[in-house]
Amino acid sequence: MELALPAFSQRDVLVNPSAADKETIDEAATFVFYGERTTCRGIVAEQKNVAIPLAESRGPGASAILVGLKVLSAGPVLILLILVAVISVTTPVFLKPANISNILAQTSVIAIVSLGQHLVILTRGIDLSVGANLALATVMGGLLFKVTDSATVVIAAMMVTGVLVGFVNGAVYVFGRLPHPFIITLATLSICRGLAYSISENHTTMRGMPDLVVTIGGGDTFGIPNPFIVVVICAFLVLLMMKAMVWGRWIYAVGGAPEAAVEMGIPVKWVLVSAYVIAGLCCGIGAVVLSGRTEATSPLFGNLLELDTIAAVIIGGASFLGGRGHIGHALVGAVMIGVIRNALNLNNVDAFFQMVAIGLVIVVAVEADVWRNYLESRARALQAGTSQ
Amino acid sequence: MTVPKTPVLSVHSAQKRFGAVQALKDVSLEAYRGEVLALLGDNGAGKSTLVKCMSGVHGLDAGEIQLDSVSIKLRSPAAAREAGIETVYQDLALFDNLTPAQNFYCGREIAYPEWFPRGMRFLKKRLMDREAAGIIDRLKVRLPKFDAPVALMSGGQRQAIAVARAAVFARKIVILDEPTAALGLRESRKVLDLIKQLRAEGNAVILITHNMEHVVELADRAVVLRQGRKVGELKPDRSNRQEIVSLIVGAEV
Repeated sequence: MELALPAFSQRDVLVNPSAADKETIDEAATFVFYGERTTCRGIVAEQKNVAIPLAESRGPGASAILVGLKVLSAGPVLILLILVAVISVTTPVFLKPANISNILAQTSVIAIVSLGQHLVILTRGIDLSVGANLALATVMGGLLFKVTDSATVVIAAMMVTGVLVGFVNGAVYVFGRLPHPFIITLATLSICRGLAYSISENHTTMRGMPDLVVTIGGGDTFGIPNPFIVVVICAFLVLLMMKAMVWGRWIYAVGGAPEAAVEMGIPVKWVLVSAYVIAGLCCGIGAVVLSGRTEATSPLFGNLLELDTIAAVIIGGASFLGGRGHIGHALVGAVMIGVIRNALNLNNVDAFFQMVAIGLVIVVAVEADVWRNYLESRARALQAGTSQ
Repeated sequence: MTVPKTPVLSVHSAQKRFGAVQALKDVSLEAYRGEVLALLGDNGAGKSTLVKCMSGVHGLDAGEIQLDSVSIKLRSPAAAREAGIETVYQDLALFDNLTPAQNFYCGREIAYPEWFPRGMRFLKKRLMDREAAGIIDRLKVRLPKFDAPVALMSGGQRQAIAVARAAVFARKIVILDEPTAALGLRESRKVLDLIKQLRAEGNAVILITHNMEHVVELADRAVVLRQGRKVGELKPDRSNRQEIVSLIVGAEV
């Protein structure tokens, strides 16, 4: 069904006119149009003024591509549902309320931080510092708890720490004119983790948290774990900003075409900084939840959280190339990681194999993204051939 | 066609130098409403530099740009658009991940309340969708699906969206940089029709192209640049095509 086409795609031909002189482009473009057999028939019919409707001549090629795109966009949710169905059959304990609320509580930190990571990835960036940022935030809260019992102070300290680290990430990336946020967030990963160790004076854990923090992280309301409620509130706020506010539109624009965003007068630099600041804030909120659930703070917290959150966003179906995705992707991905871990735990599979399993799922997710881009370029080629 | 007396945009004695290269030497031109001005020249003649000066990307070393007989300084692309000059670049500046309507309003969203900072305002999505659909309709652009991302559309449709966006927001001038360079015959035709429509609606259109057919068909006047100088200005028609080509390449025919 998919014809083997030459290596260039319709996008290459149409968007990079400078790649070759005009005559060559016209030839090449025509060649691509005719590459699709059904399309070719449509064009010939039109030229002879034979009354074959174009819609018919678009044929299976176009509809197959659109179906393929739909399946890919629903893929992560489908996979999650299948996963849940299979696990609940093979491992009956899985669906017990206690286990479900266990999954929700365990997934909540990954989910909250994934929301921020998702924003950063939407802008074509990456934040490697989230785990270290979260650890530093908990340690700051823990140190303050030694001198004050005030939950407000402790919570504020964690959030402010997260925001400050996020601001440093964004500001150095944008105003330091770094080519990619990879390096700066790698640097802040090291700095934050190191700071967390040194200011906690070699205490790997500091016990105790204010009651309110413990309730937020470990309590439940009408049987629903409070951390899950925090996830829902955060997700709602992010959704509101992304869908209803101009800022959300700008995030997508900056991720979709950064140069065009500058030309269209969007304050690209500040949009980028804001994404890292919100990612940092999410780390602060995650710190509150995690130290509440464990009733402790530690510079060891959030180890490899950056990998979990990036995996969640990508597994959920957001594009690593930026500009594509919504918070549903981050949440589905986070839950999927939680479910996979939980199922493997229930079946006594060792922790190292869990890492292998998550890694394999990431490969599948990234490959699905590649397929989506390929199908889109095919759809574009069909448009050029048939919609005149 | 009756040409109004005062030009909407005029460039006087523009000079621009990049290091050792004098890209523009004493170039002047005028654009009038309801007129297509073709800007012609070989590669490196200074067309793109001139366009970038008019659209706020570069500043002039000397000379001035007047809008409606008032001298202005264009410090950024945003400032140029603010002043009523829209440019369709070769890369189109479209957002593949957004729909046509979202592309139209990107960077100048209709949102409320006014007293909020720009980024914090709430989008008036339905209004923008409706307005954009109306514009697409008016300009007779046919799109497969109005709510699909631009990534799924063909080169011609993308070009049409970019031109339509410029057309909507241009209050004075639309500059088009080789709008048909990457398109097939039928898609080019669509874009040419769109340019005619822009002219009919009273815009001043500045068109850069290498296609002589299009120049003869569309342009009311042509300005020819060679090596950063203006070497000619004439009314293009079938009879003086050879003359134009010889002006461009700098050879006697």
